[in-house]
Amino acid sequence: MTQGAIEIENLSKEYPYGFLNLKKKMSLEGLTMRVEDGEVFGFLGPNGAGKSTTIKLLMRLIFPSAGTARILGKSIDDVSMHGSIGYLPEQPYFYDYLTAHEMLDYFARFHGLTANDRSARVAVMLKKVGLDTAKKIQLRKYSKGMLQRVGLAQAILHDPQVVVLDEPMSGLDPLGRREVRDIILELKREGRTVLFSTHVLSDAEMLCDRVGVIVGGKLRGMGAPGELLDMKAQGMEILFELSGVPGNLPLLTKATRTGERYRAQLPETELYEALDALKAASARILLVTQIKPTLEEYFMHLVEADRAQASAVEVSGK
Amino acid sequence: MRNVQTVAANTFREAVRDRVLYNLVFFALLMMGAAILVGQISIGIERDVIVSLGLTAISVIGIFIAIFLGVALVSREMDKRTLYALLAKPVKRWEFLLGKFFGLVMTLTVNTAAMAAGLYIALWSVNHALLKSDTYVLVAVYLILLKLALIVALALLFSCFTTPFLAILFTAGMYVAGLLAGDLRTVHGVELDPGTLRLMRGISYLLPNFENFNVMGAVVHGRGVSAAIAWQATLYAILYIAIVLMGAAVVFSRRNLK
Repeated sequence: MTQGAIEIENLSKEYPYGFLNLKKKMSLEGLTMRVEDGEVFGFLGPNGAGKSTTIKLLMRLIFPSAGTARILGKSIDDVSMHGSIGYLPEQPYFYDYLTAHEMLDYFARFHGLTANDRSARVAVMLKKVGLDTAKKIQLRKYSKGMLQRVGLAQAILHDPQVVVLDEPMSGLDPLGRREVRDIILELKREGRTVLFSTHVLSDAEMLCDRVGVIVGGKLRGMGAPGELLDMKAQGMEILFELSGVPGNLPLLTKATRTGERYRAQLPETELYEALDALKAASARILLVTQIKPTLEEYFMHLVEADRAQASAVEVSGK
Repeated sequence: MRNVQTVAANTFREAVRDRVLYNLVFFALLMMGAAILVGQISIGIERDVIVSLGLTAISVIGIFIAIFLGVALVSREMDKRTLYALLAKPVKRWEFLLGKFFGLVMTLTVNTAAMAAGLYIALWSVNHALLKSDTYVLVAVYLILLKLALIVALALLFSCFTTPFLAILFTAGMYVAGLLAGDLRTVHGVELDPGTLRLMRGISYLLPNFENFNVMGAVVHGRGVSAAIAWQATLYAILYIAIVLMGAAVVFSRRNLK
């Protein structure tokens, strides 16, 4: 089996709370997953699901209660591993007394770049994230979107092989989100591995090779967005045109009409019978497609199942 | 050490941009006021008064900066989460701590040196000359700086495992206790059993003895300070700071960030 870019095995994190920290709350429970080299992996889940906890564990900002993880084959305990990864924290805060140029130059120093290399890389990054005209302004004067962009710049400054982005679209306007999406796609084209967490499911659908859905600290589903949604196909949809007076087509009772166009939804088992009837009625078939739930519907289904399970446990506990 | 240098330089830059050195304006005003006032109200002891006032101000201002900025060094980075991006770089946690320590010590060195220069200007304006005994003022300033470095190390240690408020209290408490460390060794006039006396003596050796850095009495009266005292204080400070920073590094290396 080849080595994955990120390999997580049975990773768990519990936090103490309450009087004298005697109680424990499980924030992440036995997470095992793998992100392949060169893929864009979306980490989905509601607030408090364990997405940021996982990312912070990978970045060694917090320490696991159990389990291990490796990035590019190196244990996350190995600090040298950080030379090959880039990280954008959630709602990033940087030294607000620095300008964007100074901040990037500061971070570049930790990667052992020479003065000339630093200068060149910083200039390229500022241009890439569209901040080259604001490079001499202190970060305390930056908007949230600008901070997000400078955060992205510091994450990819040193040409990392693996990029981990915690909620990169958070707080961005549609234009900003588009720019971040473009950067992620560019990273993918360059062959880098990207792991990002997000609430914005349409972004995940658009960008990810695979997604993992985490709810209540547990991984509930993982796979290509298409695969996950195929499993939940909900029937078929036919779009067709009828010229003249519609006859006694049974399908018309299920259809909605817009001008001469009709859209009908039906179980997959009835598809061929319906197509034969349409052919006989000289209808013009424009589109036949599978009705899939959106990633959002799939996601909500998992969240609701988790909530139902949690309340069942609570009731049985009482 | 490159990472330590980088963090230290940025810590110094932060202090400068956060206008920490503005306290020098206060010190300059104090020295100017003292020089004018002393000439009018004291006869024959103008120098002593200026040296005493100047060294006290250098020490007090330095202690405030060392405690408050020392505690903020790490806690502010954790609160503002500026540490996240940094620790995701190939930087070891102890390198970050050491860089922070040296950055603040660098700030305090510049601050203390500027205040010492102000003190010398005030001395010159009172006597219209500098005496040989005035050179000992530099030794006193150097020892104050060692004391401040030790306070920064303590503040850093406490901020690694408790809240900023408690860290300030603990650091200030250690400073006061450290001033009294010598007294604990030589308790007289109190009836105590030998066990308690041994315990007090043991605690007195564990506490940082800040009296080791106090030569103000001698310097104010123009007496010299032996090189042995300066060396002893230097070695004591280095050893104590090293132990405290190692403790801080051990605590911080396993600290979960928020």
